Amino acid sequence: MNLGIPNLVAFAETLEALAENDHKIVAVTSDSRGSGKLVAFVKKYPDQIVEVGIAEQNLVGMATGLASTGKKVFAVSPSCFLTARSLEQIKNDVCYSDNPVNLIGISAGVSYGALGTTHHSLHDLAVLRAINNLNIIVPADNFETRNAIKLAANLEEPVFIRFGKRAMYDLHSESSKFELGKGIKIKNGKDVAFIATGETVYPALQAAELLEKEGIGCRVISMHSIKPFDEVLLLETAQNCGAIITVEEHSVNGGLGELCAGLLMQQGIALPFKIVGIPDEYTATGSQLEIFQHYGISPEGLFKMGKEIVKK
Amino acid sequence: MSNLAIQKKSVAYRKKILTYIKKAKAGHTGGSLSCIDILNVLYNEVMNVSPDNFHDPDRDRYIQSKGHSVEALFVVLADKGFFPESDLETLCQYQSHYVGHPTRKVNGVEQNTGALGHGLPICAGVALAGKMDKKDYKVYTLLGDGELAEGSNWEAAMVAAHYKLDNLTAIVDRNTLQITDRTRNVCNSEPLAEKFQAFGWAVKEVDGHNFGELKDTFLSAPFEKGKPNLVIANTTKGKGISFMEDVLKWHHGVPSDEEFEQCMQELEQFTNTFETVQ
Ligand SMILES: Cc1ncc(C[n+]2csc(CCOP(=O)(O)OP(=O)(O)O)c2C)c(N)n1
Ligand SMILES: [Mg+2]
Repeated sequence: MNLGIPNLVAFAETLEALAENDHKIVAVTSDSRGSGKLVAFVKKYPDQIVEVGIAEQNLVGMATGLASTGKKVFAVSPSCFLTARSLEQIKNDVCYSDNPVNLIGISAGVSYGALGTTHHSLHDLAVLRAINNLNIIVPADNFETRNAIKLAANLEEPVFIRFGKRAMYDLHSESSKFELGKGIKIKNGKDVAFIATGETVYPALQAAELLEKEGIGCRVISMHSIKPFDEVLLLETAQNCGAIITVEEHSVNGGLGELCAGLLMQQGIALPFKIVGIPDEYTATGSQLEIFQHYGISPEGLFKMGKEIVKK
Repeated sequence: MSNLAIQKKSVAYRKKILTYIKKAKAGHTGGSLSCIDILNVLYNEVMNVSPDNFHDPDRDRYIQSKGHSVEALFVVLADKGFFPESDLETLCQYQSHYVGHPTRKVNGVEQNTGALGHGLPICAGVALAGKMDKKDYKVYTLLGDGELAEGSNWEAAMVAAHYKLDNLTAIVDRNTLQITDRTRNVCNSEPLAEKFQAFGWAVKEVDGHNFGELKDTFLSAPFEKGKPNLVIANTTKGKGISFMEDVLKWHHGVPSDEEFEQCMQELEQFTNTFETVQ
């Protein structure tokens, strides 16, 4: 499997390419152009960047105003600040008033691991899921990131996309299909299904490979689209696989796992089911990978959970 | 404390800041070096706070709004005896409480900060409680000049004047740089003094690396009865290290082995000048 570039860089490169042919593209930053890898973008398209200073509420407010005039706006800031500080602007100005702002949450989840909880965004999917009129995409690799950015640029609807800053393995070929609201099956097997999102898809895939060596068949799905959600694929998976493990770089409260659980319950489907994410506690400290390891979001951790769940 | 002792501390603190940033391979170098002299004076000459009285409701409070300069705070707290300095060896490591921003898991830290624009509102609350309870404690917060773009600061500035919180002192570490560029090129906050005055604050401007001036200014608060105090401390980002001073990339740059050696040599020379001055 090929090690690609950070999704953050894939985002910046894609935005640059889009801006070349589309003067309506505008990036809005809050002292975050360096963190957003947009320094090259600024050099090439100095007229297509708006800097607001360290003021994330103003970032989303300004982005809304710019978008309301027909510009294709990407508001770029660390997901922790963008989705907490600016939540009311997202809810009212972007979503409720229906302005097609693209909210780009960089260094999401625990990408800023060692900087502590102020810099983690383990709440963003939960709070944004509860807001009407927002597409939510969590790409797993460069392919998904590039496609999500291209899609967002021309969607004319509010979009939130979040990703991290570590290099990601390529999970798909360029001929794969990326569609909003459709998960992508990366591997097929019958005993356990890992339904994962974002940067946790790769460790899920590695765990699946370990499990298969022990004769346990695994399905792995990259559920990049949190809203709209691929309910059809979820239900089909529940019907054809013995157990489901959901994996996310997010609080176990209100994220992908609870979303799946709620949908399954309402269909009257019960099967061995486990939600893996960051538990509701003072988050362990360390780098992103150390935090993943700590909570079992690792090939070994997920392998163990896979073995346990098939015993049930 | 004698001026010489304070000067020596300021050099020792700088060495430690750089040592632990180097060890952690991460940190906010420039901003820690720009504010360390302010913290030195506050903790050693102005505030009534120590490990012994940290739970005393009458203690003075310091809440670091520009939380990213945590290394400066940690080395001062270690020196004050809040925890063994060797704890800082674990900075930013797995399972360490010493993360890259202040947290209350660390003894001596009043409030968790790191998201900019939170210190002033919290301090206004602490200061108001002091007025309500007729207590004499003082409340201090340290803000970055770039941080002032956060609207919450101005909401707090308004309410602090409204409640006549003259027991509150906000210090702006005006090093004129943030991450992207000079603050005036990112989102100009000047004229700062006039803005705060218009909000009802009493303002003094000082050299943020002059110990005597800092001390006298802090001790002269309240500058005007019934008004919150703003100290605009003119500082140099990266202060004390020739190649870091006023250079943008050192906001969160980590020195290489060679650069680190040079840092230590420069600081050594600094110490030597104190000896001869005496
Ligand atoms: C709410 C929020 N937005 C963004 C950041 C990221 N950030 C950390 S430091 C910094 C620049 C701070 O500049 P300034 O306030 O001038 O501090 P100093 O120069 O003293 O380091 C930024 C944007 C943050 N920590 N919190
Ligand atoms: Mg500054």
